[in-house]
Amino acid sequence: MLAAFIGFEVIKRITPLLHTPLMSLTNALDAIAVVGAIILAGEHKNTLAAVLGTIAIVSATSNIVGGFLITDRMLKMFKPSGAKKA
Amino acid sequence: MSGILGGDLLIEITYLIATALFILSLMWMSSPTTARRGIFAGETGMALAIAGTLLHHGIVDYKLILIALVLGTIIGIPLGKVQMTAVPQRTALSHSFGALCVTLVGTAEFYLPRAEPMTRFMMAVLCMEVILGALTITGSLMAAGKLQEWLPQRPITYKGQNFVNLGLLGVAIVVAIVLVIHPDRTQLFPAIVAIPLLFGVMMIVPIGGADMPTVISLLNSYAGLSAAAMGFVLNSKLLIVAGALDGASGFILSMNMSKAMNRSFSNVLFGAFGQEQTAVAGAAEARPVRSATAEEAAAILAAANKVVIVPGYGMAVAQAQHKVRELFDSLSKRGVDVKFGIHPVAGRMPGHMNVLLAEADIPYDRLLDMDEINGDFAQTDVALIIGANDVTNPAARNDSSSPIFGMPILDVDKARTVMVIKRSMGAGFAGIENPLYFMDRTLMLFGDAKGFVGNIVRELSGGGGH
Repeated sequence: MLAAFIGFEVIKRITPLLHTPLMSLTNALDAIAVVGAIILAGEHKNTLAAVLGTIAIVSATSNIVGGFLITDRMLKMFKPSGAKKA
Repeated sequence: MSGILGGDLLIEITYLIATALFILSLMWMSSPTTARRGIFAGETGMALAIAGTLLHHGIVDYKLILIALVLGTIIGIPLGKVQMTAVPQRTALSHSFGALCVTLVGTAEFYLPRAEPMTRFMMAVLCMEVILGALTITGSLMAAGKLQEWLPQRPITYKGQNFVNLGLLGVAIVVAIVLVIHPDRTQLFPAIVAIPLLFGVMMIVPIGGADMPTVISLLNSYAGLSAAAMGFVLNSKLLIVAGALDGASGFILSMNMSKAMNRSFSNVLFGAFGQEQTAVAGAAEARPVRSATAEEAAAILAAANKVVIVPGYGMAVAQAQHKVRELFDSLSKRGVDVKFGIHPVAGRMPGHMNVLLAEADIPYDRLLDMDEINGDFAQTDVALIIGANDVTNPAARNDSSSPIFGMPILDVDKARTVMVIKRSMGAGFAGIENPLYFMDRTLMLFGDAKGFVGNIVRELSGGGGH
């Protein structure tokens, strides 16, 4: 709960300039749910859990990879005045 | 014995570090100079958390995990390489993936054989996880479909829509409560997946393009909250924190967005977005407007000292951002002070315009948000509006009968000259006439945003021959 509160304060200070990359970053972080999916698929307690867990890993991993990639691409584009033009 | 214990301690420590890195990652996002470090922190945290999880002693089968990780990466790479204009639909799609993961895990958890029955608290949290997850899956898919224009962008409304939608959600909650009280009625569980799935679709049906920034933020928040709920079910602090951060971020963004559209937050929360369909579109008496050519516009811009460009979704649709950069360069070279005024809900997701302009190599210190730029308009020679409409409508400020009355706008009408690049005199999203266009100081530049800006640039660099 404390962490959520800190998060709240931190996010409130982020400039509107970076709201799109913020959303794609939190999206990637959210994919930490993959942890739960890995345990499900790995423990293999029954077939249902293994199958659902595996699909869950796929969808979460695609978010991790895609989310970090695109956030990085976006942020690379933000340059201050006077920076060399690409 | 000590080996297992030591392993668990190691896992706990990696999770703790990952949690700290996630928070740092968001802190560094507050400025464009440190933001890339933030990504690095996020990536490291994620890698640690996954590595730590793989150490988990209960895991017996690594084959499936490996295949799934590789498959996810293969899907993820193209999703990370989409065009910048397609970022809103990509984001919506990834909310859907995130929610899919959470919902599947929740479902599997429900059916897992367990030694002792779930506590009521766990059942309640699990139900919340699955309900939020399921409605985010279909809601985000619908939003992505609308943004990609696979589905009609127009809001579809019918009588009693809110009643039907709230009813659906209500039924899902009732079923969840029954499950909490009688956890053994497992046959009810499919209902709390199926009903929210349906609700997600119904929720997005009445939503039009201009409401997308709010909706995407809201879905972002739901996805985060359902992940946090999953954290409670699995008793994982890491998940709770990451989910709460995502939920908080989406929540703050949707609050910003609803404030920027002058909607109350509860109005947004209950998914009653399509309400303002009061069709004011009639009474289009042909009032005279002044229009100008690219040549005239270029002459006025060249003579100006301060220019503020106001981009809107129209600029994104026309892919005009690179032409706008040429205009920016050409004017800056002549010593004109050019800034960009960006309304919070311009475009289809929060910060959409900033990303597009940054992609076109416009320095970010030239991109100002509404509160920063509004004081400047009185000293501005030319306000050039490219593909924006309702966010510049002075009726929001002074016409209490206007449906958008009270919505904060960019005060472009205070500039000495206002130029509006627009395809035609058609009304904006809200179907509201914009009195700005009929002002004496306003020049209408009719044409395609990309083509027209291109023409102005050509006139400017043509050396003012004639």
